[in-house]
Order: sequence, then structure tokens, then C-alpha cells
Amino acid sequence: MLIPCPYCGPRDVSEFTYQGDAGRVRPDPASTDQAAWNAYVYDRTNPAGDHHEYWQHSGGCRSHLKVTRNTLSHRILDVAFARPSTAHASSRRQGPRP
Amino acid sequence: MVEMLSPLQPVWRPGSHGNFADGVGVVLSETQPGSIVQAAAWPGSERAVIAAIKTATGLSLPDGAGGGVATEAKAAFGFAPGRFLIVADDEGLADTLVQAIPISDGTVTDLSHGRTAIRIAGVKAEWVLQKFFAVDFSLPALPVGSGISTNHHDIFAQIQRTGPDRFDLYVFRSFARSFWKMLCHGCDEVGYEVR
Ligand SMILES: [Zn+2]
Repeated sequence: MLIPCPYCGPRDVSEFTYQGDAGRVRPDPASTDQAAWNAYVYDRTNPAGDHHEYWQHSGGCRSHLKVTRNTLSHRILDVAFARPSTAHASSRRQGPRP
Repeated sequence: MVEMLSPLQPVWRPGSHGNFADGVGVVLSETQPGSIVQAAAWPGSERAVIAAIKTATGLSLPDGAGGGVATEAKAAFGFAPGRFLIVADDEGLADTLVQAIPISDGTVTDLSHGRTAIRIAGVKAEWVLQKFFAVDFSLPALPVGSGISTNHHDIFAQIQRTGPDRFDLYVFRSFARSFWKMLCHGCDEVGYEVR
């Protein structure tokens, strides 16, 4: 599986670290709503299809990325910096999307 | 300048090695720059840091991710968003950059004693590197001057292409000897010269 890093270009999945479901919404840290915290920590939809998830390019530029991956085909549909970046973005090293 | 010590010294064997009967595929060397410095810009200050690098070194970083420039005595390239590696033959570059980059724009880290710079040059340089790193080293994907960060067996490496057939690798000094030995094994089949 290749993930096209917005900075580095397409790289092998072994350079990346999975950081979980990007669809979770953390309750207010002051909240004592146990059901909300339980859902945040444990509940996953586990879709068979497109999934938004965080990855870190830990073996490269170390950017945190938000990736849309199809869990059936491993096709990567979209990759962006998890936090919008004002740094130089790559335009030249993006190969064709797999 | 005091004489520099090399972590490669115990395994440093100048001369031709491996399968060099039909010619040497690559030349390996240690460039021993006096300064290896990392500059990191706070978000939004990337252009200010690029301008400061130009003021301090005369090196003008081109636009774009991984963009870089290399002369015989100095080099610089981007290796991550807002982060740059700047290298010079002369010592003291970190001090110059600290003066040029105010803390409100970014940070400067002197890595001169923390990295070892290894140069691989020759017609088989791309071929050899391709065996170690899962990265496209072709000229269109990695033009002269540009750099990348990647890893090999979880050990970081930053690589700049400083010529059509020439790459400068920056590896952790504590892992440099092990990396060098592995690199030599990888070069065996194409024939290599240590110079
Ligand atoms: Zn990256």
C-alpha cells in the first residue's frame, strides 16, 4: 500500500504510523458524561468501505495526515495535512493515485 | 581547525572493492562538513526562514516541497513542512543562523556532531540506493538539489541529490558505521571505490 504524502509524495505504508479513526469527536474535557466518553474511547463504526483516519508519516516528514482509505480495497481516496499547513506543499512528486 | 574524528574510521578501507573488474559502479566517501544545521519555521514563518537562510548563506531555496540547492561548499534542502537542513564546509554555521533567524520565526538546531554525511556517486548510485530505500530516486521524481527524509530499518536518513549521479546521505552518527557497512555490502555487486 502506498500513501501519497502531501509533502513527500508516494511512500510505502511501512513509513507511516496509524493513528486511528479521524471521525471521533472528543467530548469537552470538563464533561463528566460517561456515555459520551465511552463512545469516544470505544465505539467504532468499522465500515466496510471508505474510512477517514489519521496517519503520521513517522518515517519521513513526520507530518500528521488525514487519509480517506477504502477498507475493502485499501485504495487511498484522499490525503491532506491533518492541520492545514502554510508550508510549501508538494506539487511535483505526487504520482498517480493508486 | 582541529582534526575531525570519524565514526567510520575503524571500517574505513580506501580503494576498490567488490565486483570492480568491469569498472567501479559507485564511489563512496565521507564529506565531513564542518556544519550540519536544522532550521525549523513556526507555522506561517516558512518564507521568513527561507529568506533568513538566503541572507546567512547565500543559498536560495526554490519553492516546493523538498526543494533544495547545492554548491561545492554549501547545501540546503527542505525535508519536512517548514523544516530545512543546511550544510556547509565551514564550521560556525549554526551561530550565523541563530543570528539570522529570530526565535519568533523559528528554531535552529546544531547537528554538526550528530550526523555523518556519506556521499555516493556514480552511474550505479540510484541503483544501489533503490535497494535500501522505498523511494523513487529517478531524476524527474528527485531533481538535482532536492532532498527527502526517509528511513531504513526504522533508522532515519535524509538524502539530497547533489548531482545527476550523486547523493549526499545524512545519517545518525551513532548508526553511521553500521549503515556504512551495510552500504558497502549493497555496493559489492556493482564494484565500489572508497575515496
Ligand atoms: Zn511525508
